[in-house]
Amino acid sequence: MNVLHFVGAFFGDSAHWHGYDGIPTRLLEHLRYSLIALGVAAAVGLPAGLLTGHTGRGGNVLAFIATAARALPSFGLLVLMFILFGFGLVPVMIPLVVLAVPPILVTTYEAMRSVDPSPVDAARGMGMSEARILFQVELPVALPVVLGGLRTAAVQIVSTATIAAYVSLGGLGRYIMDGLYQHDYEKVVGGATLVAALALVTLALFWAAGRLTVSPGVRRRG
Amino acid sequence: MNGLFDLPSDLQHSYLGLVGLHLREALIPVLAGLLLALPVAQLCVRLRWLYPPVLGVTTVLYAIPSLAFFVVLIDYTGQTETTVMIPLAVYSLVVFVPAIVDGVRSVPQETLDAATAMGLGPVRRYLQVQLPIAAPAIIAGLRVATVSSISLVSVGMLIGNQGALGNLLYDGMSYGRPRLVWLSVIGTAVLATVVDALLVLLRRILTPWMPRGARRPSAGNRPEPAVTAGKGAAR
Repeated sequence: MNVLHFVGAFFGDSAHWHGYDGIPTRLLEHLRYSLIALGVAAAVGLPAGLLTGHTGRGGNVLAFIATAARALPSFGLLVLMFILFGFGLVPVMIPLVVLAVPPILVTTYEAMRSVDPSPVDAARGMGMSEARILFQVELPVALPVVLGGLRTAAVQIVSTATIAAYVSLGGLGRYIMDGLYQHDYEKVVGGATLVAALALVTLALFWAAGRLTVSPGVRRRG
Repeated sequence: MNGLFDLPSDLQHSYLGLVGLHLREALIPVLAGLLLALPVAQLCVRLRWLYPPVLGVTTVLYAIPSLAFFVVLIDYTGQTETTVMIPLAVYSLVVFVPAIVDGVRSVPQETLDAATAMGLGPVRRYLQVQLPIAAPAIIAGLRVATVSSISLVSVGMLIGNQGALGNLLYDGMSYGRPRLVWLSVIGTAVLATVVDALLVLLRRILTPWMPRGARRPSAGNRPEPAVTAGKGAAR
């Protein structure tokens, strides 16, 4: 009776494949939570990171915000938000966004700061506007690292979204939480496998996105 | 139950007692992870081909949610502190390996040659030259690992009240006392911030050659998955 046996039993049971507690439903719920959280975190972190990185100002403030956000415990924050806001998506989104913003913010800032200043100066000398410098000179060079930050955030969101189940929402955490309370080891292992697999798929997607969007010239150097 | 820090008796600890428990459950795994990561990283530096597969394995390990990790371990180590500490040690290891490898690799070849020319053997060269120069990167990893570990201990609450300050969350919910939840969240955040500040201080003491207020020597500068600032929390 090892872990693989339980994985086989979980995925072999046809009851796990349909209905409101079926794998497709839970997977979609999990994806939905993760995508919303990543979207919000990117909408907050990317512009702030790009701007501070471009101007070079506010790096200390940024580091301070990131350190403070990192110190907040996701699980405790979830319970706290649940008490404050009650049942719903908001109490789950807040800890996930707080979790994902620091890596996006800090990595984007560092990526923009580490861009070689001479091409930037050349672009400015050629009369490019600051916005064009940001998007056409700095961002393409910084893109691999920026994507790395987004990827870290995405993997953390996918694996942390399991805690949504603690406050009665769905997602793949449902299997882990229910399995824990029902002493159903098979369910726990199955849920964990699904989350880990989803995280790996996320990694693969970011790798593919990197291949597609990063300029070959930049990639060769890295 | 009137004082701010009074706790229900089922927790069997005072607030400070929980803080101590929390620190122990969070810091022992980080130390264990560091001790394990040093030889693994050294192997990866020596044998270059080993590094990509090791990174792959650690990335997969990091993708396992802590709760699932805890629950699966209950079968082997029961509902104990050990069950909470093993996954935290693994996550720390995942953060440390790339931090140390990048740090040690960033030591310039001339420096190593100079050390050899001065007659330092491989062991002394490692201890007295490579590790000190890699210290900023290692401590950047240490900060990330420690803060995330402190945050993750709370999840241990779910496996038979092994979450130290996290245990307050359950009592807060079931007794309808938000004060306990606030105590848990703020306590954990303050603990993480204080330990993080101590580590920054440690780096200043260990690396007196680095200019104050210089850009943070962050290992998160690279696209490696494991060491980007802001790992953490209840996964």
